[in-house]
Amino acid sequence: MRRVILAVTGTIAGLVALLSFKSHAPALSAATTSGTGSGSSASSSSSVPGEFPTGSEATDLPKDEAAITGQVANTVYGPVQVQLIARDSKIVKVAILQQPTNTIHDIQIGQFAFPRLISETLAAQSAKIDAVSGASYTSAGYIASLQSALDHGL
Amino acid sequence: MTSGTRPGRLRHAEHVMGTVVSFDVPDWAGPRSADDAALGRAVRWLHWVDATFSPYRDDSEVSRLGRGSLALADCAPELAEVLSACADVSARSGGYFTTTPGGRFDPSGYVKGWAIERAAAVLTAAGSAAHSVNGGGDIQCVGDRGSGQPWRVGIAHPLRPGSLALVVCGRDFAVATSGLAERGPHIINPHTGQPATGLASITVVGAGLAAADAYATAAFAMGSAGARDWLETVAGYEAFAITPSGSAWQTSGFRAYLG
Repeated sequence: MRRVILAVTGTIAGLVALLSFKSHAPALSAATTSGTGSGSSASSSSSVPGEFPTGSEATDLPKDEAAITGQVANTVYGPVQVQLIARDSKIVKVAILQQPTNTIHDIQIGQFAFPRLISETLAAQSAKIDAVSGASYTSAGYIASLQSALDHGL
Repeated sequence: MTSGTRPGRLRHAEHVMGTVVSFDVPDWAGPRSADDAALGRAVRWLHWVDATFSPYRDDSEVSRLGRGSLALADCAPELAEVLSACADVSARSGGYFTTTPGGRFDPSGYVKGWAIERAAAVLTAAGSAAHSVNGGGDIQCVGDRGSGQPWRVGIAHPLRPGSLALVVCGRDFAVATSGLAERGPHIINPHTGQPATGLASITVVGAGLAAADAYATAAFAMGSAGARDWLETVAGYEAFAITPSGSAWQTSGFRAYLG
């Protein structure tokens, strides 16, 4: 079952990296500008170019925040979808909108791997770190690690 | 594995030695993949180390040397180099570092950091002035991260997964952390034969990763008080530790690495 965790968390690491502001700065700055300028934060992310269609999940955000909802990634284990909340060109929140919940292992991923990766991603961004030092991880453990997200261009 | 992201910056993650080795070259002039000659040489070096030094491979020179089916004189010269370095660390640490942690010959406590430091040197020799190589959480940084800024390395908090305990900064320096892994064998105290439990994690920083990694392993085996006293006496290396109860300490010169 380790392969399930590998595949799904690997997808999330990729999605988080894919959606991170450094990879798509123009899209994110457009959303942020719209959010602060128009005062219509709930719809601000509609100005994001088409590759980031706005989901109906955009919550009642403060005026200086913008939501970016990723496309649904259809993994072999089920759909995965991520939403980012950004403020001043920085990601301040990452939400998992959809994730597989069919098996106990899926639930474990949801309860452990996703929250941990999200937490690490936010910590790394705010600390502007280049690498992570910690007790050695295995090749399998790397997939859900912050270093993995960094390697993907976080 | 994965290669390349933003223009100019090379990132490469290589699965080797039972972990993942991450290369980060901020100002990369060459091709952005492992096909590049310099990166390829560094990657091949790591796989050669794995094949030669892995205690998990029956046909590795380390395994054959341990079984007595191969003489040291018939091994690659790197074997003698590693054995000599291990003996040195063992003597410096009062025997808290050993090449027989599980009862059989296994110099892994030195080999990984040494191999990573050498991989970084391969890139330096190829003309790169700034890069970092992270082998499963042990990092050798060369030069700086670009624009004169020091490398920033987060120390994972051993008791709060997902949190960083602190960030260390530096140029031309190494960061090694030993700790209670989520799974896998604990570090054994060679003097008792029992897993060491006096620390949750210890991070050693200094010029070279081979020494930093070995010192971190030895210090972890010593436990909190012993590690602190010993590391204060080790020239050129500083440490930061977190105990199982969550308290932290650092050696007197560690402040130089705080941002």
